[in-house]
Amino acid sequence: MSGAPPPPTPRRELLEGCRDELPLLLGVVPFGMIYGVLALGAGLDRPTAQAMSSVVFAGSAQLVATQLVREGTPALVLVLTLFVVNLRHALYSASVAPYVRHLPLRWKLALAYLLTDEAYAVAGSRYARDGASAGPVSPHRHWYFLGAGFTLWLSWQLSTAAGVFLGAAIPATWSLDFTLALTFIALVFPTLKDRAAGAAALAAAAVAVLAVGLPFKLGLIVAAFGGIAAGLLVEGRRT
Amino acid sequence: MILLLVLAAAGLLTFLTRLSFVALLGRVEVPAVLVRALRFVPPAVLSAIVANEVLVRDGAVDFTTGNLRLIAAAVATAIALFTRNVFLTIGAGMAALWTLQAVLAP
Repeated sequence: MSGAPPPPTPRRELLEGCRDELPLLLGVVPFGMIYGVLALGAGLDRPTAQAMSSVVFAGSAQLVATQLVREGTPALVLVLTLFVVNLRHALYSASVAPYVRHLPLRWKLALAYLLTDEAYAVAGSRYARDGASAGPVSPHRHWYFLGAGFTLWLSWQLSTAAGVFLGAAIPATWSLDFTLALTFIALVFPTLKDRAAGAAALAAAAVAVLAVGLPFKLGLIVAAFGGIAAGLLVEGRRT
Repeated sequence: MILLLVLAAAGLLTFLTRLSFVALLGRVEVPAVLVRALRFVPPAVLSAIVANEVLVRDGAVDFTTGNLRLIAAAVATAIALFTRNVFLTIGAGMAALWTLQAVLAP
């Protein structure tokens, strides 16, 4: 097999992962800035707003957190709600698990920390591409994952910092908090791939409105579980 | 202080969620219904948040034309459906809200 190219080095895998993440930053950087602005608007101080971007490191959960903090949500409900919002990451974890099972624990911990929506989009499609091609699989694919994840992490921290810096200068009359709802309107449609997902969305929205009076701001959690139940019901009926 | 505890707890839970299957694969069997249910988390959570942000004003449901955010959200929804573009959606929604506020402001 003298004609076969040598497998890519870890360094090259890392750089390719960084490069393939770049197009996604177009969407990520404005969100990071919006988060920074909304966090200050909700009354978080600058260090806390910035810390959330590395400790929680999940865009939509952080945006939701700013809304809940603004409404004075109790701490326990806040933690539970963020947990539910981030549950989808378990899906990504299940998806990449077979590809990282041979790695040492420190790699698993690092890649799990970096496993955001956008890192998964890039790393997951790489694994899918590898699975579809007949050639030998690179032994250094985890470096590609690391490059994609780190690129996203760095740009999230920097864009948060930019938003936090700008936040104080933006007056409340601009109603920039509305960008949260608009962002999620744009994000929800790609998730409505079939009737069951549509039912989940409609039921969750209906329950969210009906559950407005619930104590401790529990409405969002109840609505999420109502939507999930509706999705399972509709899917179960059709299969 | 309590907010920092919330931050630590939410960060830990998020990390453990991301680590879950990566760490557990081959050690425990994951219930099929859980895997099926996870698919519905994004549409359910996103639309619940939108409904709450757009339809609820000061703790009460406002389903009237006096709710400017509802009208602006309807504009944004149409743009989202036709363009599938996040930035156009945000831009159209904000433009609609600002226009309504400017026209209807006393």
